[in-house]
Amino acid sequence: MTDYDPVEVTPLHADELSRMEADALAAIKAADSLDALKQVRLAHAGDRSPIALANREIGALPPAARAEAGKRIGGARKAINEALAARQAELEAERDARVLVEEAVDVTLPWDRRPQGARHPLTTLQERIADCFVAMGYEVAEGPELEGEWFNFDALNIATDHPARSDHDTFFVESTDSGKVLRTQTSPVQIRALLARGVPCYVISPGKVFRTDELDATHTPVFHQVEGLAVDEGLTMAHLKGTLDRFAEVMFGEGITTRFRPNYFPFTEPSAEMDLKCFVCRGASALPGNPPCRTCKSEGWIEWGGCGMVNPRVLIACGVDPKRYSGFAFGMGIERTLMFRHNAEDMRDMVEGDIRFTLPFGSEI
Amino acid sequence: MKVPLSWLREYVDLPAVTAHELADKLTQAGLKLEGITSHGDDVKNVVVGKVLSIEELTGFKKPIRHCIVEVGEAEPRQIVCGATNFAEGDIVAVVLPGGVLPGGFEVGARKTYGRLSEGMICSERELGLGDDHNGIMVLPADTPIGTDVVELLGLRDEVIELEITPDLGYSLSIRGVAREAATAFGVPFNDPALREVPATGEPSYPASIGDDTVCDRFVLREVAGFNPAAPSPQWMRTRLIRAGMRPVSLAVDITNYLMLELGQPLHAFDRTKLSGEIVVRRARAGETLETLDHVVRTLDPGDILITDDSGPISLAGTMGGLNTEISDESADIVIEAAHFSASATARTSRKHGLVSEASKRFERGVDRELPLVASWRAVQLLAELGGAQIRPGVTHAEVDVEPQRIAIPTGHPGAVAGVPYDRETVITRLQQVGCVVEEGDRPAARRGGVDPTGVVSGGDIDLSVSGDDMITVTPPSWRPDLTDPNDLAEEVIRLEGYANLPSILPKAPAGAGLTELQRLRRRIGRSLAASGYVEVLSYPFMGERDLDNLLLPAGDGRRVATRLANPLSEDEPLMRTTLLPGLLKTLVRNVGRGFNDVALFETGLVYRPVADAPAQAPVLRVDRRPSDEELASVASALPPQPHRIAAVLTGEFERSGWWGKGRQATWADAVEVARTVAREAGVTLGVVADQHEPWHPGRCAALYVGDTLVGHAGELHPRVVEAYGLPARTCAVELELTRFEPHLAGPAQAPKVSAYPVATQDVALIVPDFTPVADVEAALRDGAGELLESIRLFDVYSGEQVGAGNKSLAYTLRFRAPDRTLTVEETTAARDAAVAVAADRVGARLRGA
Repeated sequence: MTDYDPVEVTPLHADELSRMEADALAAIKAADSLDALKQVRLAHAGDRSPIALANREIGALPPAARAEAGKRIGGARKAINEALAARQAELEAERDARVLVEEAVDVTLPWDRRPQGARHPLTTLQERIADCFVAMGYEVAEGPELEGEWFNFDALNIATDHPARSDHDTFFVESTDSGKVLRTQTSPVQIRALLARGVPCYVISPGKVFRTDELDATHTPVFHQVEGLAVDEGLTMAHLKGTLDRFAEVMFGEGITTRFRPNYFPFTEPSAEMDLKCFVCRGASALPGNPPCRTCKSEGWIEWGGCGMVNPRVLIACGVDPKRYSGFAFGMGIERTLMFRHNAEDMRDMVEGDIRFTLPFGSEI
Repeated sequence: MKVPLSWLREYVDLPAVTAHELADKLTQAGLKLEGITSHGDDVKNVVVGKVLSIEELTGFKKPIRHCIVEVGEAEPRQIVCGATNFAEGDIVAVVLPGGVLPGGFEVGARKTYGRLSEGMICSERELGLGDDHNGIMVLPADTPIGTDVVELLGLRDEVIELEITPDLGYSLSIRGVAREAATAFGVPFNDPALREVPATGEPSYPASIGDDTVCDRFVLREVAGFNPAAPSPQWMRTRLIRAGMRPVSLAVDITNYLMLELGQPLHAFDRTKLSGEIVVRRARAGETLETLDHVVRTLDPGDILITDDSGPISLAGTMGGLNTEISDESADIVIEAAHFSASATARTSRKHGLVSEASKRFERGVDRELPLVASWRAVQLLAELGGAQIRPGVTHAEVDVEPQRIAIPTGHPGAVAGVPYDRETVITRLQQVGCVVEEGDRPAARRGGVDPTGVVSGGDIDLSVSGDDMITVTPPSWRPDLTDPNDLAEEVIRLEGYANLPSILPKAPAGAGLTELQRLRRRIGRSLAASGYVEVLSYPFMGERDLDNLLLPAGDGRRVATRLANPLSEDEPLMRTTLLPGLLKTLVRNVGRGFNDVALFETGLVYRPVADAPAQAPVLRVDRRPSDEELASVASALPPQPHRIAAVLTGEFERSGWWGKGRQATWADAVEVARTVAREAGVTLGVVADQHEPWHPGRCAALYVGDTLVGHAGELHPRVVEAYGLPARTCAVELELTRFEPHLAGPAQAPKVSAYPVATQDVALIVPDFTPVADVEAALRDGAGELLESIRLFDVYSGEQVGAGNKSLAYTLRFRAPDRTLTVEETTAARDAAVAVAADRVGARLRGA
């Protein structure tokens, strides 16, 4: 049929389209949830919506009128779709905001589900000291804790009736003439290192040592030392001083150096007691008029260890020619270092294994 | 060594320095300050008084005296006193009103016992002169009245206490310290041993040296008619007390005083108690001696003795015998001064557990040239202060001794120090020490005599140093410790000042860093700490009771333990063969302190003696490198000391909380420790059910790396838990790290990461209950072939649906190929192959099939 009556195609009338568009926009505006908007979309932009139905009528128009009607419908649809998209974005934003608020938690709740662990500060301190020397080219040497007397005493120039032997309150393996002791110092590792490695020899040896002291705040029968040894051509006391000064700076900060005082050790000659400049007051507390210092007891210096030039007698017992080689050795207590470096006041805490003491030290020191 | 400064200043003309400044200098020279004590600096208004009259007051609980005392003022003072040991006419020390006694004790005038008391009559203790509080100190009758007591009695003094190292025997004397002080300040030293001694003349009491390995000089002098009641003068008593010795009687005080002053121990015998010739010799088996401390000692053949016809009369150099001791009646006295072997004295002293002032000096070295002069001083003082007559003559037995001479180039001290010292400095410093320095190279070994100091090891060792400009140095008689070129170097360096050494960092050759095992131990420590374990370092001692508590059966290797001869506690005389006892005790301690959830670990050595090892480790020579055989002989006597790691845990290993229930520590956590260690070591851990004490027989895993058993893990046996007082179900693991060593794989190899998708297949297998899951998994792995990427057990079920005596194991198998996307057919075939091997090996069948 080619007859048509434009009047009868009411839906395509401009006023009618305007009304449809206004209805749709009002509904979109009124939609207060994403679900409601979905319904509005179906009702006003879906396949059965008035505007979709109106679009189907375009074919009934005379060709000359179709373009204009199409344009009108397209304009209305665009406005509706834009409004839908805008309202959709608005409602989604509202929903997201609401959901995120609803899902909020109290992030201050405690969480200690997994237990905490830690390494013993005496272990980590030994490692840290070893690392200082490894960085200087030393290697870490180890030896047995149950040691031959020859290694612990004789080879270190401490003969049987030497006064130094009775100064060391020694644990003997039964019977007392077994020639076996719990090492009283880490110095026997010097002997083992020289015998095993030869020269030049630069080693650091931390480890456990034993003396028959009763446990109290400042003594423990089982404690730890670190021993250093360097044997090479041309080593002097100045090199010993340089090495310990560097070590002190690495452990305690720039400007913290050492001081030597004459002392006696059978295995070194010359021998020295080594003091560390107080790293807290930097020596100031020893001068009049300054506040006192707990760390160094206002002496300005902290007794740290012993050192000296390896006694040529020790070199000979290890098969090293003292005419060609010289060396230095040094040693210090790890417990004591922990005490002054970390304000640990009682050695009993280090041996009792109370987790409260160890936990704060973590896994490095 | 306690050194009263007033005494020290007698022999060294010190500048006006404080005790601290002096002590600083001495410390820099090697005599370390231990402490400074000031005496009497607060004392004032104490004067000498004469008791004019005494009125005994009655009616009080104790005797009270009202005294009139002349103190050199216009009027005498009246003083109330509670002591009764003085008489009218006695000279006493009086503190006047407004005066101060040691310790800041102020004295005023006051009313007491109904009378006015204007001050106080003082005892020795009140004046800070000693412990004698028995009564008033009565002064010599000729003391001028009104004299200031502080000056008179030397109340004001400072005492520096020095720590003397074992090599410096000579510094256990005022003489030795004075010499160091003189050198330190560059002022003259007035040697108290430089005194004129009369020519020897006739021998005195007969004596001889019977064994010249124990004594090389023995001197006796005699006095007669000594007044045993004569008191020691106050100045001597004061110095003895300040130097740390107790005054005893005049004769004993004189010997002690001279020992402190000169360093020469002296002994006084009662002449009437000696019989026949005195002989110095070693003890014979079976001899006994009752020493001054009233102990009857069975003598050792090594002991040095002084004997007479009656047998032993003194433990030479250590302590005198009781039967020849001087008493409060002894008038005829024999003074002995000798030079004994340092090492023999040390041995005797140690053997008898007897350390005396004499033995301390002899074992460190005493000046061999002192006996004649020290004994002369002793008899002089006995005569001066005790009214004795010095008997003519002196007994002087001696052995010829050639002193040691050491040759060094003048550059040697500088070569040791690392800073040059010029020739003059080296020679001057050595001369200040007392050495005789000559040009040229003429060293000589010490010949004859006893070993003069304990600090030098014997042996014919060539320590000579050669070079240009040689000098030959003869150390002084008081420095027997100077035997080696480096000893001389030390003297020069210390006197030039250790503080002046330069600081030079040497260039060490490049090192290789930590070893594989050292790094592994660190990794394991960090991993376990990160997993919640706290490291402990327990004492490596244990007792038999621990072995029983751990239920170790007879014949268990861990029962073979090294025993200490002198353990700290009789309960723990053994060296640990396992880390568990120490860990378990530490766990109990933590639980006892209120921590219910505890996980601990320890790494350390255990000591595992070998049954047929030699009982003795030989003591080798020191004059050369030991041979490999000699070193092996020591090594074979020492027990192997492998490195172990162990962990124990109890309570919740995952805590309960607001998130829900936690998880108790179980055997599986203990095994997981082993897996952590294995992961860090880069090895695969094999887990096999085992029965091994101290673990629960049904909850114990043996742990393997390859075929090597490396340890055990699981829950502890309930009886072990009970024996140690542990919380129920405590778990433990112990591994021997040393056994991992041969299995360490070296650097990990990078895997090829496939970009193709994964194909997942789940299977549920029914197997008999007793089948170890590890076996099922191994079968599946083997059957699945190369396409298998991973396998994971996600459920274990037992119940009616799988039949009684069975369990169902549900696995997820993930397959992936390196070069293609797998087809369903391929993955199904691989899964079927895996199931087939499981069916074949462990009788598994597919659930629902």
